[in-house]
Amino acid sequence: MILQHIADGLLSGAIVALGAIGLSFTMKILRFANFSHSELLTWGAYFAVIFFAVAAVIGGGYGTPIAPFSFGWPLLAALLVTAALTSLLAIALHHLVFARLNRMAGHMTMVFASFGVALLLRHLLVLIFGPAPLYYSSALQFAMLLPGGVRVMPDQVFLLGLTVVVVIALHLFLTRSRTGISMRAVAENPDLARVSGVDVGRIVMWVWIIGASCAAVAGVMYGLTVQLRPELGFSLLLPLFAAAILGGAGSLYGAVIGGLAVGLSENLSVMIIPTTYKPAVPFLMILLVLYFRPEGLFGERR
Amino acid sequence: MTAPVLQAEGIVAGYTADLMILHGVSVEVAPGEIVAIIGPNGAGKSTLIKAIAGLVKVSAGRIAIDGRETTGTPAHLLAAAGVAYVPQTDNVFATLSIEENLVLGGVTLPGRQARARIEEALARYPMLAERRRQKAGILSGGQRQMLAIARALMTAPRLILLDEPTAGLSPMAAEELFGLIRGLVGGGAAVLMVEQNARAALRHSDRGYVLAEGVNRIEGASDALLADAEIGAIFLGLRPADSEGLRP
Amino acid sequence: MIGLVAYLVFFLIVALIFAVAVLGLNLQWGFTGLFNAGVAGFLAIGAYTMAILTGPSREAVLGGYELPFAVGLLGAMLASGFAALVIGLITLRLRDEFLAVATFGIAVTIQLVCVNWEYVTGGTLGLISIPNPSRALADGPFAQNLIYLALVAVLAGLVFVGLERIVGAPWGRVLKAVREDETAAASLGKNPVRVRLEAFVLGCMLMGLSGALYVGFIGYVSPFDFLPIVTFQIWTMLIVGGSANNRGAILGALIVWAVWTGSGFVISKLVPPSVQAQSGAMQAVLIGLILVVTLLFRPRGLIGEKIAVSRHARD
Repeated sequence: MILQHIADGLLSGAIVALGAIGLSFTMKILRFANFSHSELLTWGAYFAVIFFAVAAVIGGGYGTPIAPFSFGWPLLAALLVTAALTSLLAIALHHLVFARLNRMAGHMTMVFASFGVALLLRHLLVLIFGPAPLYYSSALQFAMLLPGGVRVMPDQVFLLGLTVVVVIALHLFLTRSRTGISMRAVAENPDLARVSGVDVGRIVMWVWIIGASCAAVAGVMYGLTVQLRPELGFSLLLPLFAAAILGGAGSLYGAVIGGLAVGLSENLSVMIIPTTYKPAVPFLMILLVLYFRPEGLFGERR
Repeated sequence: MTAPVLQAEGIVAGYTADLMILHGVSVEVAPGEIVAIIGPNGAGKSTLIKAIAGLVKVSAGRIAIDGRETTGTPAHLLAAAGVAYVPQTDNVFATLSIEENLVLGGVTLPGRQARARIEEALARYPMLAERRRQKAGILSGGQRQMLAIARALMTAPRLILLDEPTAGLSPMAAEELFGLIRGLVGGGAAVLMVEQNARAALRHSDRGYVLAEGVNRIEGASDALLADAEIGAIFLGLRPADSEGLRP
Repeated sequence: MIGLVAYLVFFLIVALIFAVAVLGLNLQWGFTGLFNAGVAGFLAIGAYTMAILTGPSREAVLGGYELPFAVGLLGAMLASGFAALVIGLITLRLRDEFLAVATFGIAVTIQLVCVNWEYVTGGTLGLISIPNPSRALADGPFAQNLIYLALVAVLAGLVFVGLERIVGAPWGRVLKAVREDETAAASLGKNPVRVRLEAFVLGCMLMGLSGALYVGFIGYVSPFDFLPIVTFQIWTMLIVGGSANNRGAILGALIVWAVWTGSGFVISKLVPPSVQAQSGAMQAVLIGLILVVTLLFRPRGLIGEKIAVSRHARD
């Protein structure tokens, strides 16, 4: 039983981890807590709905599933396209709202602007797609039985693998490419980065692209395992914040370990508290981290 | 006469729109020259070099580098155009490795050239080479200053701006650093430095400007300024009689 | 005609109840710079405390003390204040964003408790038959509503006058000093964490009062009255009216509530029945747009802070 909870925790933690990467980077580099970040997950998931609808019209559609997964090659294309579309959405929001406010007012103004943006994005989806849940595919998927009596969905295992690939790719980007090193420099000291010749505006674009792309992937993969609802991302907002704060703002590995820790805690918590209170677990984690180690596991003390 | 590397005229600047700190400062630095800016606290010395580096918005006046106007150019483009700036504090990226700090210094260069310059810098400073993969945060004050200058030199800059380079250094380390600064101007580059330690700065520079309350007060050759009893009394904190004597 | 007046009375009661909460938020954000993203949670604590203290006894549910209305209001404020004290002690010494995240979290958690802790909250059904004191004083809904409006107006007025005196007093100047420059305030011998805590608790008590007045008026409490969108509404009221100005807070409550109810009315008349289910979403999009547009084009709100304060605190 406990093995099953651990497996479930790791699998749902992978979604949180992917979502938290972008949130953590925005908190560090753009220096504000973006309450609309979770809506990027939702929009990513719904962009994939559009992608599959278009793909169905031009033929191919959802594709022939590659056993044991519920999806075929079109899903990989969908991940790329939705990542690009979600990045465009994030960059548009940056130019329309956040960049303008940043010039005019303090960073807390950005925080409540992100409140407004979150509200807009979420309810626009209700207007466009309706409040009823949607599914990518009506095909049923059967769980795999692992040793120890643990049941997992093949799609979730794929997600875990995909998360590992994304994290390795980001690690290489941050430590090997000049853009990645510049991003870490901007996170630490924007003025010094600027006088060294780093175009901070360009780095900010990269932050949005990375954050939105990871969010889109998380959203699509989450949509694959549950039904799609306009509240999909919003329900993950506290877990994302818990992961980002636990890991420490700006830390890639912090966000990943934070995400897995949140997933595990949520799933293990049902052994001691009623399932209905599970959504409160990330909040308790946030309080504990803020009280004992506000800089997070991998953050620097301010 | 060759064009000055830096020509700044009538600079008016401040951190917020309603509070100016500089009220029309003019400075010029010729190729191969080391120029010191001295003056009491709050005179606007640091603000002036931040304005030249593009970090503080210039409200009026004009700045030209090698005869080309650069007023209002963003800091990262100034860096690419040959302006290097070493701030007084937080002048290295403590969370980045020493090598990554140098990568940042060469971020505006083509990749191959940047890699070659990094190897040159590491060869020049064995202390940095030994620790190239370690975080810059572990370095001592003097070592950080050395890394900060090495990073700034990656682009082979025309103009090097130094904000209190010897602050917090021991007298011996400070002398060593001044020697290093003297070596920077060999190829026709220019150095503009702000110093709290006015006497040392004048001893190690060619010319000096005395700033007070955001305007130019006095300028001239450094040795003349050092010898001027009035300046000594007003700006260098010395009594006229003992300009080379003990401090009270 | 009487219908319109009756509706206006109804509208004013709800708007003024919101105004009390907006005034509380204004004390926190406008004057002290505290970002409370959990307004709905503190409203809920006040509302449920009121329901438990003054409501009739029920089987298998806590409460039924049938205490007087005034005791209910007081209890609601104390309960909200206590919750604010606990959350404030943990988060107020931290950066602003963390306070935003933590208060958002407490609102989500409180809502969760409201839905699930049936023994105290009645679960999804909520608690009904909360007595409205105006019922005993007059006959007919119109007269009763007039009495309740008078009560709410008097309380809102007291809160307004009290806050005006507070922010004009030395303590108010300390609040603004903490908002503008914490280090400077600390060097004046003021403990900024303590000052922030005082403002946070007092503001949350006003939110509790607002929640209690709401329950006293509509007579029942449901966990779905305290969704996060309520927090957005109250924030929008403050931003539109003008933060750091108590008159602006009240004006914002009136205007935004008028836009909300007005747009609901227009949508119900103009939008085809097939998409009526989405009318709430249209209202939410409208409120989100108003918030963002105000921030972008009129960041001080309709009547913002008298300019002198923040300028000089900085230099």
